[in-house]
Amino acid sequence: MYVAVKGGERAIDNAHAWLAEARRGDVSVPELSLAQIREQMTLAVNRVMAEGSLHDPDLAALAIKQARGDLIEAIFLVRAYRTTLPRFGHSVPLETSEMAVSRRVSATFKDAPGGQVLGPTFDYTHRLIDFALAAEGEAPEAPTAPPLAERTPHIAEFLDAEGLLQSEPEGGETPSDLTRQPLAFPADRALRLQALARADEGFTLSLAYSTQRGYGRNHPFVGELRVGMVAVEAEIPELGFAVEIGEVELTECETVNQFAGSRTEPPQFTRGYGLTLGHCERKAISMALVDRAMRWKELGEDDVGAPAQDEEFVLSHCDNIQATGFLEHIKLPHYVDFQAELELIRQLRREAEAAQAQARAEAQAAKEAAQ
Amino acid sequence: MSTLARAPAERLAALWEASALPSPEEPGGYEWLRRPESGAVMLRGRAGAVGAPFNLGEMTVTRGALRLASGEVGHAWVQGRDKRKATLAALADALMQTGAAREVETAILSPLREEAGARAEARAARAAATKVEFFTMVRGEDG
Repeated sequence: MYVAVKGGERAIDNAHAWLAEARRGDVSVPELSLAQIREQMTLAVNRVMAEGSLHDPDLAALAIKQARGDLIEAIFLVRAYRTTLPRFGHSVPLETSEMAVSRRVSATFKDAPGGQVLGPTFDYTHRLIDFALAAEGEAPEAPTAPPLAERTPHIAEFLDAEGLLQSEPEGGETPSDLTRQPLAFPADRALRLQALARADEGFTLSLAYSTQRGYGRNHPFVGELRVGMVAVEAEIPELGFAVEIGEVELTECETVNQFAGSRTEPPQFTRGYGLTLGHCERKAISMALVDRAMRWKELGEDDVGAPAQDEEFVLSHCDNIQATGFLEHIKLPHYVDFQAELELIRQLRREAEAAQAQARAEAQAAKEAAQ
Repeated sequence: MSTLARAPAERLAALWEASALPSPEEPGGYEWLRRPESGAVMLRGRAGAVGAPFNLGEMTVTRGALRLASGEVGHAWVQGRDKRKATLAALADALMQTGAAREVETAILSPLREEAGARAEARAARAAATKVEFFTMVRGEDG
């Protein structure tokens, strides 16, 4: 018999107190400030904003500090916080073509207007640990050049103008919102993009990689990858018109995918799209590949049974907060469930043993009768 | 409004402090129509940058509205969670409709605009320095 018990309050309080102490670490080492995290752990802050689905660098920095650097825990904190915020409305769709780019590269066109702007990138570094960073030094300063005056149009525009790129269908002005209604299948592209924009980077990366290795191959080129600041405009009900209410850094990736044509579409290039809050380019590229893989139905391609093509599989498992919540709950007390399992196993064992004993006795009896 | 919306909260507070404008803590200057409240605005993108809109994720915003003792109404929708920033932005919006407009412009808006411009310029200048210059390698055979 199992008797329900209460307890652990003191243990839990003390565990949390130790957590607080452990979070602080060695007190002879100066404490981290939020500004330090925000300014020097920028890409961690960006990931927490993208997957927390809330743009607020100070909040993300605080979440990272509270989570002791566990980014999924930090994302969890941000997600929980955002549910407490009243929704004031939505922005006018962000104009990424007006982005003030700090980075813009194309793997397809060398001489695109606006040029190849590398920005602050890890690309072309040698990935050698830089021991000089272990010592405090002078703040480095980047070289400058006269700012480029020319616009930086989307590279897709050029292929689009020639009719060689599948055009993007205009859609309903009010996209479905998975923070308002539970996810239902089949999911439209707006819902898929929303889910991917907040999806776990690792999961999205692995799925994208699986398409490259042949599980739903779609031959992507990075038509364009751009990172920069975009103004946020929203309609203000009190004023009755749209005004700028802020600016955010975004990463956008457009892939151009080889496409031989299908029963319904002529031979042309197709596209995949990735967009994230903050500078998260690995995520944005992965998102574009997975977005493209999930578009097989509308393009009349074959379902080759690849995981990345299966929107129900992808969208149901891409959220790291749902995943970690369900996964980690199994470490919490399951004493009653397990007691029931234990009783069941014991009973099955008793029955099996009794059946075996009976079979042995019957065999023995049969043997004796034969003699 | 856009200059105030994206201004760093500490910078706006410091400029206000240094100006001749009335402090928001001074009693009797205004009444709240809507006390500053933090919330979120859903940011939308477009599929393929040009297609159908989708919900990208939210951004924190603080809004508020007040009426000066002289009757002018000021609104604020500012980025972030700083309520004092929203207060100052709403106050600035209202004062822009009064005789204090020139002081708001010279002491607050114009320095904020200049600083935002300088930040954008600094980024653009660094980006320009990382623009790739391609050059063709001439082969020797025909030389």
